[in-house]
Amino acid sequence: MSTIARCRELAATIAAAKPPPMTIMEVCGTHSHAIARYGLKQLLPEQVRFVSGPGCPVCVTADGDLDAIVQIAAQGAIIATFGDMVRVPGPRGSLAEARAAGADIRVLYSPLQSLQLARENPARQVVLLGIGFETTVPSIAVTVSEAARRDLDNFSIYCAHKLVPPALKALVEDPEAQIDAFLCPGHVSTIIGVAAYEFLAADYGIACAIGGFGPTDILEAVRALIEQIKGAAPCVQNCYTRAVDYEGNTLAQSQLAGVFGPTDAEWRGLGAIPASGLRLRDEYSHLDARNRYELEPPIPYDPGPCICGDVLQGKALPAECPAFGTRCTPASPIGPCMVSSEGSCAAMFKYRET
Amino acid sequence: MDISDSSQKVALGHGSGGAMMQQFITEQLLPALGGQSAEGLEDAATLSISAADIAFTTDSFTVQPLFFPGGDIGSLAVHGTVNDLAMRGATPRYLSLGLIIEEGLPLDTLRRIVQSIGQAARDCDVIIACGDTKVVGRGAADAIFINTSGIGECGDHIPSVTAATPGDRVLVNGTLGDHGVAVMMAREDLQISSAVESDTAPLHTLVGAMLEAGGEAVHTLRDLTRGGLAAGVNEIVAASGVGITLEAATIPVRPEVGGACEVLGLSPYAVANEGKLVAMVAPEAAEKVLAAMRAHPLGRNACIIGEVAAEPVATVRLHTPIGTTRILELPAGELLPRIC
Repeated sequence: MSTIARCRELAATIAAAKPPPMTIMEVCGTHSHAIARYGLKQLLPEQVRFVSGPGCPVCVTADGDLDAIVQIAAQGAIIATFGDMVRVPGPRGSLAEARAAGADIRVLYSPLQSLQLARENPARQVVLLGIGFETTVPSIAVTVSEAARRDLDNFSIYCAHKLVPPALKALVEDPEAQIDAFLCPGHVSTIIGVAAYEFLAADYGIACAIGGFGPTDILEAVRALIEQIKGAAPCVQNCYTRAVDYEGNTLAQSQLAGVFGPTDAEWRGLGAIPASGLRLRDEYSHLDARNRYELEPPIPYDPGPCICGDVLQGKALPAECPAFGTRCTPASPIGPCMVSSEGSCAAMFKYRET
Repeated sequence: MDISDSSQKVALGHGSGGAMMQQFITEQLLPALGGQSAEGLEDAATLSISAADIAFTTDSFTVQPLFFPGGDIGSLAVHGTVNDLAMRGATPRYLSLGLIIEEGLPLDTLRRIVQSIGQAARDCDVIIACGDTKVVGRGAADAIFINTSGIGECGDHIPSVTAATPGDRVLVNGTLGDHGVAVMMAREDLQISSAVESDTAPLHTLVGAMLEAGGEAVHTLRDLTRGGLAAGVNEIVAASGVGITLEAATIPVRPEVGGACEVLGLSPYAVANEGKLVAMVAPEAAEKVLAAMRAHPLGRNACIIGEVAAEPVATVRLHTPIGTTRILELPAGELLPRIC
């Protein structure tokens, strides 16, 4: 059956199920993007409401980390980063502004390129930005262990990695939260598996479905979530079996665990969450950029009318922000959710309906 | 000094470096571009133009890598300006050529670029009428920057970005996003092998065929360079005070280009082309113009992808294949690959 026919069939099945009013959080920014890009809300009954979650790695990076990174850039290090980070505004400006002022910012496609940069620039320091969730961490872990093996003394990492399950736990424990179901991230789940979410259904009664990123993938997951909610039998349903299994990618998990250990971390919007971040294990602490640079304490930052913090917790929709689409657009973003291609504000703006 | 020595590099304009550049210009650059000897060069060229109206444009070119599948910065610099002239229905006649070269550029690289410029100019039947070469210090330019200005002769009908009219059909001459993806894939740091080639090509003969078929019914032409289709159609709706509705299912994108964009988090509609145009053509002439495009080698995959609407003004709407509708936004700034 064609994708188009399958979409229509799923939309009809969902409508016929007469779902109760429900709020589904799409955890992952790529899901926010896909939902907007395909206009999927137009195919769903009104009472099925989507809110965006914290699954955009750039968006949840705390101002303090942004501030530190820009300071390191200003001290002459080559900053090796994925592209999304470059334009995020912070207390001391964005990396793009730092680059305009003379800092050396290199956009990577693979973290291993940072090792090549270090080799090609022996007289300079290269700092790799460790930003991203479980999906990104294994390749960063390989890079770090390779740097240690090669004894590179001009390479370090600024680690601000985050883990998805602790953030979901913090969200459902928030008394203000009104989340009935999670559309669990596809890419992250390939690494952490179905098992990582089971506590959400078992301990908190939240319906969960892991979905892929095509329009039928997402509609399948929504159909599964509606069934769970109507049957009052929350579980973790895997609707992305072609990529995700129960245990996840155990090789990637062991790479991660070999280099990083859990630590408390600060999230934009969500605040400090216990054991939700990663730090280098002791045997790699000599590669920690935080130990190599004298950093001034973060300066307070007022992003103006930005409500990215609420958007990342599903407490507000992007369009409810007074700056959305007026003072804050992808061309001149105020908040990170408008910067990143995975940010929900960017998705809502870019693919807004007419 | 042996300028045919492949290990030679461009040096700053003094001492032996200056002499070497001079020798290069007279012995290689001018002959490659079809010019005369340096001794006979005047301070300014004089041009003979017969048309009542002339089209005049300028563009500067920077690209890394300098050579990519399907083309190089030299052919790009000719095609880009030729295409800007063609979008006003003009026959390209003369180009100027400004080269800003970073010290240290291998002379062999410069030679290949200049030969490519000469070849592209001959293919387009344009004359490089004047030029200038500057060498700047290391770090002051990225290998080489090229500026070309162009003069073309206008015909009786001059298409305009302000002339799109409700009811017009929206036509493109082939698959979108090929150039941008080819260049991204060719960057060493991406390390993905790919068969995608740049679409860099001069569009003036295609435009000639379209105008012959459609005449004044060809209201608007736009070449879809940086910012791709999304930028082109958004500029047209803003300038013409109309709206456009596109059918995503009819917009041609190579599967490998779509796949690469998916991986990098980019839209093929926002990625650059160098041999693609969008046309707004009155409905009664649309099929005839489409047939003329398909009969031309650069329009074999031409399609009608949408329609100009009166409302909503200055807005491009996209009907998705699954029956939903969204806006096609003007791309914002630098294209930055995403994290995951």
